[in-house]
Formats: sequence, structure tokens, C-alpha cells
Amino acid sequence: MEPILKPFIEQKAPPQQSTGLVAWLRENFFSSWFNTLVTIILLWLIYQVGGFIINWAFINANWVGDSAKSCPNVDGACWAFVTERWRLFVYGLYPKELYWRVNVFYGLGLLTIIAFVFSFGAYTKKFRLTMFIGFPIAAYIFLVGGVFDLQHISPESFGGLLLTVVIATVGIFGSIPLGLILALGRTSDLKVISKVCTYFIEFWRGVPHIAVIVMFVALLPIFIPDGNKIDIVVRAFIAFAAFNSAYMAEVFRGGLQSIPAGQFEASKAIGLSYWKMMGYIILPQAIRNSVPALVNTCISIFKETTIVLLIGFSDFLGIIQLSLEDPKWLGPPHIFSSAYVFAALIYFALAYGMSKYSLRLENRSNVDQH
Amino acid sequence: MSEEPVILFEKVNKWFGDFHVLRDIDLSVAKGERIVICGPSGSGKSTMIRCINRLEENQQGRIVVQGIELTDDLKNIDSIRSEVGMVFQSFNLFPHMTVLDNLVIGQHLVRRLPKAEAEEIAMTYLERVKIADQAEKFPGQLSGGQQQRVAIARSLCMKPKIMLFDEVTSALDPEMVKEVLDVMVDLANEGMTMLVVTHEMGFARTVADRVIFMDEGQIIEENTPDAFFDNPASERAQNFIGQVLHHL
Repeated sequence: MEPILKPFIEQKAPPQQSTGLVAWLRENFFSSWFNTLVTIILLWLIYQVGGFIINWAFINANWVGDSAKSCPNVDGACWAFVTERWRLFVYGLYPKELYWRVNVFYGLGLLTIIAFVFSFGAYTKKFRLTMFIGFPIAAYIFLVGGVFDLQHISPESFGGLLLTVVIATVGIFGSIPLGLILALGRTSDLKVISKVCTYFIEFWRGVPHIAVIVMFVALLPIFIPDGNKIDIVVRAFIAFAAFNSAYMAEVFRGGLQSIPAGQFEASKAIGLSYWKMMGYIILPQAIRNSVPALVNTCISIFKETTIVLLIGFSDFLGIIQLSLEDPKWLGPPHIFSSAYVFAALIYFALAYGMSKYSLRLENRSNVDQH
Repeated sequence: MSEEPVILFEKVNKWFGDFHVLRDIDLSVAKGERIVICGPSGSGKSTMIRCINRLEENQQGRIVVQGIELTDDLKNIDSIRSEVGMVFQSFNLFPHMTVLDNLVIGQHLVRRLPKAEAEEIAMTYLERVKIADQAEKFPGQLSGGQQQRVAIARSLCMKPKIMLFDEVTSALDPEMVKEVLDVMVDLANEGMTMLVVTHEMGFARTVADRVIFMDEGQIIEENTPDAFFDNPASERAQNFIGQVLHHL
């Protein structure tokens, strides 16, 4: 038989620009007349808004000065307000000669962040655990003092970014362990413990935070004898940790529920006790699964710190508002907008950082498990 | 039987809500005995063997394992779990640990062996199930058959006196069933006491001393494998074998 020979297919020239910038642009932005229209409109908008921002924030902005008079151009930002007051915003009312203690606190905070963001091989776990436990203790020693010859500074004089960060730290570092305990309690087989934890969680979740803060600060002394002796800031801290622990508990419960029953059974079958099973098998997986929701809660804790404005504390936002009332800086509204834009930028930068961190964690845990 | 049975069920009853899963189960297993348990799904096979290491609780009757009666006493449960190994249908390896750590953790935390010694033992068992070269991988990187062999090795590391196998080949692709069954046959030849829930008739015929047929929470029939498969006494067993064989 004759072998069947297929005729060669004639070679064609390669398609034009299937890769490269032009093709990419065409595919993503100009693939149809409608897409092209949308692209053009958006470009025009970006040009308008971007132009306005650059003009406002940079070209027409006033950078230095010591009063509203230094910012005559109402079409530009008044960064002079920020540059003159930044120490107050960052350190609050902390005594000037003790700023180094606040700097140590910020430094340790940064170190803690580094511990959790980067990997240090075999030391990673130890480093993280040390910082998680050590940072709050060191923070207390340096900020409040009263030990090791450090002059005692009442938390009432905290303010500005310092107060915001301290409240967020108390909220986050307090509510994570508390929330974990509550979640374990709620999922416990022991009915009494489970009920108590459930009601505790539901109570804090069901009451408006403003009510809780006011209750703790104003009403606590009425219910507890000597309640007045508990520092007002500390009372706010307790309230903050308490209601946030309820949210954390639900985050961890979600993580616990994501663990298949087989993991519990296999742990029991090799003879692990409840605590070993939880500590080595279940929680490492559950916490990893909780990370996105956990970071979400941390971000909202951080932003919610502004609630202390209501009970008369000057956190970062509060101290900016206070400074705006300074007669020296009373003037056209562009000073106001500059101040709030600055506050928003700082809040955004910190919250966005947390969110980026959570994405990284998610990607990393995906790698580990597959 | 001169020796005391290693597992004893006496009039064991269990309910899931209103559903009566185990009805008057009487069972006695001698040391070194290999028992295959089969029956239609929902017949209580898995529940029965899960009672042996107290993953399930019986509500009536008595279960004695290695001379220890199962009660709510946590100490009893812990000591029985250290004597009884179990392998599951869905492997249940710990996904966040390497294969080696999966084998080390129990030895380290329960048998309190130092890490180095536990790792040495782990490696010998991994070699036995022919998977030592995968020790540093995570379970998710292995095939189903490999994972199941790791799971068997994890159980054996704890030096159990009794091994329970709960449909361990049901979740596997057909070409992987053999590699797991081979490991189990080896184990049987070494004289391990084994209770195996499976529909693998070939395995039952080569290995089992006794086949137990269950339906609707009852033990319907007990016999040697050849007698059971060739001449089932009850109609239900006949139907079941007919269906299983037909399916093969």
C-alpha cells in the first residue's frame, strides 16, 4: 500500500504583535469601541483628578510656617500645620525630654512587625513568640515606667499617634489570646463552659461599643468600690480588649470549624490529649485558616481606636482636631482639609500595611500545604 | 481459646439520636487474630471499630480492650488509645507537618521519646512502607496511596498491639489499592491483631481468620472467609456478596 502522505501546511507569517506593550494595551484597553470609550473617559478623569491632587498637594502647597498666615494660598495644601505640629501628633503630651522612651516603644513595635513579616529560619517561631509576649511588657515598662528608675508617666498624658498605637496594641494583643480562649471554650464539650463563653461573646457583640466605653469609664466606679482608683485610660483599655475579644473569638471559631473531623480523630487515635491535640494539630491549622479574618479584625480594631474621642481622649485624630482649634491656626478651610487628609493618609498607610501582610500570609500558607 | 480475648464486646448498643446503629453486638477477638468486617454501607461496621478506641461511645453494654474496660475515665481512654492504632479512609495526615513530623509527633508527645530517637524509629517504618524518600515532603505532595502508607506507618510508630483499618482503600484510585494492601498483608504475616473494615474480597480470603458480616447494626454472620464467600448462610449476606462480586 502507498503510504499516505499529508501535504505540508503552508507556513504563515507570525501574527503581528501578539505580545509586547502595544498588543497588551490593545487587548486590555482598546478591544472594542465600548472599551475604548471607557478607557478614554477614565484617562480624562485620571488626568483631571491627578492634576488637581498634584497641584493641591505639591505645587500650591505651603510646607513651612508657624501659623495660619503661612498658608495664604487656599488652592494648595497647608502642610505647614503638619510640619509645625508633628511632634505633638506623634508623641502626644509625653514630656519632651522623655521622647526617647516613646522612640524605644515605636522601635520595638517595628521590630515586632519585622518578626512577623519576615522569616528567620529556625528562629522564626521563637522570635515571634518572644516579641508577642515581650513587646507588651516592654511597652508598658518604657511608656508607663515606674520601674528600673524610669520616671512614672500616667497613661492619661498619652496622646496622638502614641495613644492610637497603644490602644490598638492593647486591643490586638489583648483580644487575640482572650479570643482564642473564648473560642476554645465555646467549642468545648463541657456544656457549662460552652454556655458561659457563648453568652459572654454574644453580650459584647450585641452592645454598641460606644455604650461599652462610656459604661466602663463613667459607670464602673459606681458598681465597683474603689473603681475610681482604676485609671480611666486603663478602664478604656479593658473595655476595648473585652469587646474585641468577642470578635476575635468568632474569627477563631470559624477557623476551628474549618478543620475536618478527621484531624481530631487522627489526633485522638494516636493518643494525644486534648491540649496537645489543640496545641500541635488543630490550632496551627485553624489559626492559619483564620488569618484573613484575623487581619480584617485587627484593621477594624485599629480604626476603631478613634472611639476614645468620645470620652475625651486625644488620640491621633483627636489631637489633630484639638490643634485645629488653636487660634494661631484658625483660618481658611484648606487648613482643615490638609489636616484631615494627613490623618487619613496615616490611617490608610497603617491599615493597608496590615492588609498586605495578610495577603502574604495567605500565599505562604498555600505553599506549605500543597 | 485459653488466652483472654484482647477485645471483648458484650451486648453493646448505640444510638445516633433515634437511629439504632449498633444492636446487641457480642464480639470476642483473640490475640493475633485477623478479622475482616463487611456489610452494606450504614450497617455499623465503622461505628463498631471506632468504639474500640473510643472515637464513639457505646450507650449500653460493655467493651473491654486489653483487659481494660472502656469508661468515661480519661486515663483508661488514653492508655487504650496508646495500644490501639487506627487508619482511616481519608488518611487524616496532618497537612501542616512533613511526613517525618507526622510520624514523630505522636512518639514525642505521647510516648515521650526524644526527637532523635523518634525520628530514627519513624524512618525505619517509612522504609517498611517503602516511602522513606518522601520523608521531608508535605502530605499534600503525595499520592493517595502514598499518604495512606504514611498513615499506616504513623500508627505503627506508636507500637500498637491492635490495628484498626476503616475502609482504608475506599478513597484510593484502583492502581493504588495494591500498594496499601501489600503493606497490610505484611503486617498480618507478622502476627498483628487486626480488625479490617473492607470490601476487598481478595484481601479477606488471603489474610482473614474470620469474616464478620454486619447489616442494620447487627452481626448477621461470622465464618471463615472461604466458607463465608462461597456459602453465605443468610440471605442478606448472599445479596451483599452478589452485589459486591457483580460490581467487581
